[in-house]
Amino acid sequence: MTDLVSSESRPDLRRSLADGRSLRSSLLTLGAWAVALLAAVPLFSVLYMLVVKGGARLSTALFTELPPAGFEMGGGFGNAILGTVVMVAIASVLSIPLGILAATYLADLGPERRLASAARFLAKVLTGFPSILAGVFIYAAVVLLMGSYSAIAGGIGLAVLMLPTVILTAEESMKMVPRRMKDAAIGMGCTRSQVIWKVVLPTGLPGILTGVILAVARVAGESAPLLFTALFSSYWMETLHEPTASLSILIFNFSSMPFDNQIELAWAASLVLVLIVLVFNLLSRLIGRAKV
Amino acid sequence: MRNPFSLAAPADAISRPPSALDVIADRTFYGLAWASTFFILVLVALILWRIAGQALPAIQDYGPGFLFGTAWDVQKEQFGILPQIWGTLYSSLLALLIGGFFGITVAIFLTQDFLPPRLAGLFRTTIEMLAAIPSVVFGLWGIFVVIPALRPVAEFLHDHLGWIPFFGTSLSGPGLLPAAIVLAIMILPTIAAISQDALQLVPYRTKEAAYGMGTTRWEAILKVMVPTAAGGIFGGLVLGFGRALGETMALAMLVGNSNQISLSLFSPANTLASLLASNFPEAGQVERHALMYAALMLLAITLVVNVAGTALLALTTRRMTGKS
Repeated sequence: MTDLVSSESRPDLRRSLADGRSLRSSLLTLGAWAVALLAAVPLFSVLYMLVVKGGARLSTALFTELPPAGFEMGGGFGNAILGTVVMVAIASVLSIPLGILAATYLADLGPERRLASAARFLAKVLTGFPSILAGVFIYAAVVLLMGSYSAIAGGIGLAVLMLPTVILTAEESMKMVPRRMKDAAIGMGCTRSQVIWKVVLPTGLPGILTGVILAVARVAGESAPLLFTALFSSYWMETLHEPTASLSILIFNFSSMPFDNQIELAWAASLVLVLIVLVFNLLSRLIGRAKV
Repeated sequence: MRNPFSLAAPADAISRPPSALDVIADRTFYGLAWASTFFILVLVALILWRIAGQALPAIQDYGPGFLFGTAWDVQKEQFGILPQIWGTLYSSLLALLIGGFFGITVAIFLTQDFLPPRLAGLFRTTIEMLAAIPSVVFGLWGIFVVIPALRPVAEFLHDHLGWIPFFGTSLSGPGLLPAAIVLAIMILPTIAAISQDALQLVPYRTKEAAYGMGTTRWEAILKVMVPTAAGGIFGGLVLGFGRALGETMALAMLVGNSNQISLSLFSPANTLASLLASNFPEAGQVERHALMYAALMLLAITLVVNVAGTALLALTTRRMTGKS
């Protein structure tokens, strides 16, 4: 075999760094690195401030005592933690069953139906629904009817925000269940609902849980829908029908106060809130890793 | 009740048709699932109906003039939301400019082989964690970190370049720029995530073809990859914009809640969402109806933006993958 292309006529594929085009490319790479690193700064700055400012106040009193008034020293936000937990629980009880049921329809029972496409589209639009409007809506629909601010109204407000996330993530994970498994179940004589109960839901469970936990994490930090549905309270909650404190509203209220004690408490409450949210987020990632 | 499955099972088959109970359970479950799906439509209708219903008295009293009025005076019962609309659009556009630049750059950085896959995954998680931080915490951080950090810069710009309208006032505390910067940080994860999806949808062959033509890395990115993914990236920008328009708590804490129209980046302003957050809890009957009118306008604006963004993404995804 003779060499068809002599080495002299072969084009030189190397590019010198001083060449304008290469130089431009290298500079842009450098720029991209800088921008990407800069984009990570806020997260670390927030976490640093939380640990330094919030960590300084961390003690058991925070979890057992009531918020201080005006010039009082000390105090905690036990009632706010309780309120947040209760309202997130109400939201979960309302939106998780409803969301998963709707997702079975979107994924399996009638994915091509007109109702399904309309619902899917509206759910996607609702994920971008401003949370303050959920508050306004619940005020008009629940608070005015019940005649008072309450934990129930706050919980329903959070449920409105959770629902679309639960529906869309549950639908996604149910769609991941292999067609063959469903066909096999149908071939064995299962009804539609038996296929869903015995094959689709158990197989898609890790994915569904991921979505549900993410939705819980998101609403746990929400404040706008609680602002005028649950309002705030400086006392322990006794019923579900009275104004209820929450961590996020406590942070909002205390952040604008001229007292150092309240500002410190706001930072400590932020630290607790972020820890709750981040733990839920990491949990959902761990479960999500076990996906089908 | 006629058993719809009875035809499928001949008498000598080893499988048996579903019992009457199975059929009832199946129909009940189907009915429940159908009702839950239908509920989403009901919910959206309910949202529109309740907010519009509460806004009706104010709509009758103030009409379209409400949108162009500049005063929010409870005593005189004069209400107008032009400054809030201006503040909402101005802060969101500013946030979109900053957040869009950072978000798209991060998306390119994470999808175009700048980092080994493991490291890219770690970085992606870091950016996603940003989305998990609650809005109030960003607000608190903005008050105690962003505003103090911006103040010397703002003073310098105002003193030396004060003749430019953007630097026309000094930063006395809360203001438009700190609000927009925090807003940009909050929408960055959305834009980055959707842009990454869009860039990943571009077939690898496309990039290989570009490299084969002798492009440099960035020529391939800027002239081939980004234009090909442009539809998805644009959809992400629109959705990020929608998120910025409706963002409430951080803005209520940082924007200054002052109803004025100013080009200056350092002057306090107000947005529709933070007007609602700060005035609603203590509002009387008349002001509450006016606030509902403002909420309806916010709903209309965000609905249009979100529907546009969602539709755009669906369209480009269908075009890129050949299925819906």
